[in-house]
Amino acid sequence: MKGGKSTKTNPKLALGPVLFHWDAERWRDFYFRIADEADIDTVYLGEVVCAKRRPFILPHLPAVHERLTAAGKEVALSTLALIMTGEEMEEIRQSIADPDLLFEANDISTASLLAGRRHVIGPFVNAYNEGTIAYLAQRGAFRVSLPAELSLSALQDLGQTDAGRSVSLEVQVFGRLPLAISARCYHARAHDLHKDGCQFVCANDPDGLTIETLDEEPFLAINGTQTLSDTYCSLLAELPLLQAAGIDCFRLWPHSCDMVQVAAVFRGVLDESMAVEEAQARLDELIGDVPLANGYLHGREGRLWVDGAAAE
Amino acid sequence: MAQGNANTTPGDLELICPAGTPAALRAAVDAGAEAVYLGFRDETNARNFPGLNFSPEELEVGLTYAHARDCKVFVAINTFPRAGAPEAWHRAIDRAADLGVDAVILADIGILDYASKQHPGLRLHLSVQASASNAEAIRFYHEAFGVRRVVLPRVLTVEDIADLNSRIPVETEVFAFGGMCPMAEGRCLLSSYVTGKSPNITGVCSPASHVRYLERGSEMVSRLGDFTINVFQQNDAAGYPTLCKGRFVADDRASYLFEAPTSLNVLPILPDLMAAGVSALKIEGRQRGRAYTAQVVAAFRAAVDACRRGEPIPEMPQLGEVTEGQRETSGAYQRAWR
Repeated sequence: MKGGKSTKTNPKLALGPVLFHWDAERWRDFYFRIADEADIDTVYLGEVVCAKRRPFILPHLPAVHERLTAAGKEVALSTLALIMTGEEMEEIRQSIADPDLLFEANDISTASLLAGRRHVIGPFVNAYNEGTIAYLAQRGAFRVSLPAELSLSALQDLGQTDAGRSVSLEVQVFGRLPLAISARCYHARAHDLHKDGCQFVCANDPDGLTIETLDEEPFLAINGTQTLSDTYCSLLAELPLLQAAGIDCFRLWPHSCDMVQVAAVFRGVLDESMAVEEAQARLDELIGDVPLANGYLHGREGRLWVDGAAAE
Repeated sequence: MAQGNANTTPGDLELICPAGTPAALRAAVDAGAEAVYLGFRDETNARNFPGLNFSPEELEVGLTYAHARDCKVFVAINTFPRAGAPEAWHRAIDRAADLGVDAVILADIGILDYASKQHPGLRLHLSVQASASNAEAIRFYHEAFGVRRVVLPRVLTVEDIADLNSRIPVETEVFAFGGMCPMAEGRCLLSSYVTGKSPNITGVCSPASHVRYLERGSEMVSRLGDFTINVFQQNDAAGYPTLCKGRFVADDRASYLFEAPTSLNVLPILPDLMAAGVSALKIEGRQRGRAYTAQVVAAFRAAVDACRRGEPIPEMPQLGEVTEGQRETSGAYQRAWR
């Protein structure tokens, strides 16, 4: 670490890995279009939720990686969040063997295997404070994707620490937020199936399956073993505040809406070429009738929508 | 690595018991606990509930009581410090070390780093909140900070645990009885999404401050924050609305989608856990009363002793009365749970 000297560059727009079980050709074509058309700096790529899904995208990974790299994107390969078997660990060990590839570690085991080598700490590793970030940075992490539940004041405090200044800090700014991961598959359970014979029913829901309360209110969303927010996080209006706090990388979670256009809207606010009001109106059009939330950033319940301008 | 002061033999099934209050500590010690675990009365531990936990003075008294009866004391300092303000966590570690506790149970990497540097003789256990679910992760915590024991997340089967124990240089502790998290612990933001309060930051899950019970005609509705977690007929006991243990609707069907309101109970598989090389059993429930603690600890004391002698596990009908929803599960330890 270099004595608290900031290494921050221009704000980066990043696309998180597709969390859902999309058809493999759809997955490939999605990334081809991102490579060809999207104004995005960094693309995270790979299966994070369920090891059983990985074989489907694997045949397309080299072509997608090559196309994104050729388009000038920084590509980081994302790894599994919850690793429970020796086979899962062995697959990761083999995939990181190529020293020329960049990885996002979503479990501390993977971060440990990547020690001494430049890597990203993904949002599934708990990095809440400067003590943890300093330790991870010293072992080769150059960017840390922060927990979704951190408030703006926590981010501001972190941004002022030596450790916070020494690495790139990333925040999730768009999409359903990953909230939990389990050994149990809720998609299979919802269909009266067992995880071992799941029939990949999670593929039916390209943005996850909304779960309602007994009073028929939308509550959460499930995606295999993962539980997400039903609301879509949107920190569009808060981008300037985040930048001022020292956040320099902004993650969009892929959904079935037009992500090239979603990226354009966020880019517009980041580089101040688009007013927040106009960007918000365009985002509403792009995502349709989806409830938004930004409560975490405002120190409130994650599910809430707080008017960004009014809150400051 | 420093010489250990609390080593157990693999398969020993040391009995680790909850002490939410000084009274519960005495009850657990008297009922045969080999170790108790507790927290300071602040946000540094993951059971930061009103009326629970220990002041430094109470810890000192509790330590004397436990040590005089050959019982160890572990202090949980297992939340994740706020950015820019790690002092409360550092102070908790310093106090625990100065008072001579037998181990601290930690989750945050920055705090593990602090403890291993400032108190090299202090025995470190890895909290379940660190979510170390595989051999590589556990080896990392051992090699980086000298962690001696890991509390395993409630996501592994007995076979997974046996395999792990053959590949790691540290002891394993598993949850044996009580609350049953269906999610990987330390990686769950459900509570803060609904209530603004989380296990990782605030040390609470589904806090009572956000719970309401509403009568609606002949029904009783349990709510957490702005959401209905369950609906009961008036004659049925309305359970506590822990948010992952409610009934929810997926594709027009209502069910206990994440987990039913059950208690974990490993008594039936105690010999399997022993054979898998598990060093310690953890009884959950620092938020429960002294009577609960005494009853559960006594039952497990008898069962572990029988297991160590190679005898069949005795029937423990009294445990049924204290289990959540009067239902039990062996959870993820058996593959069918998945």
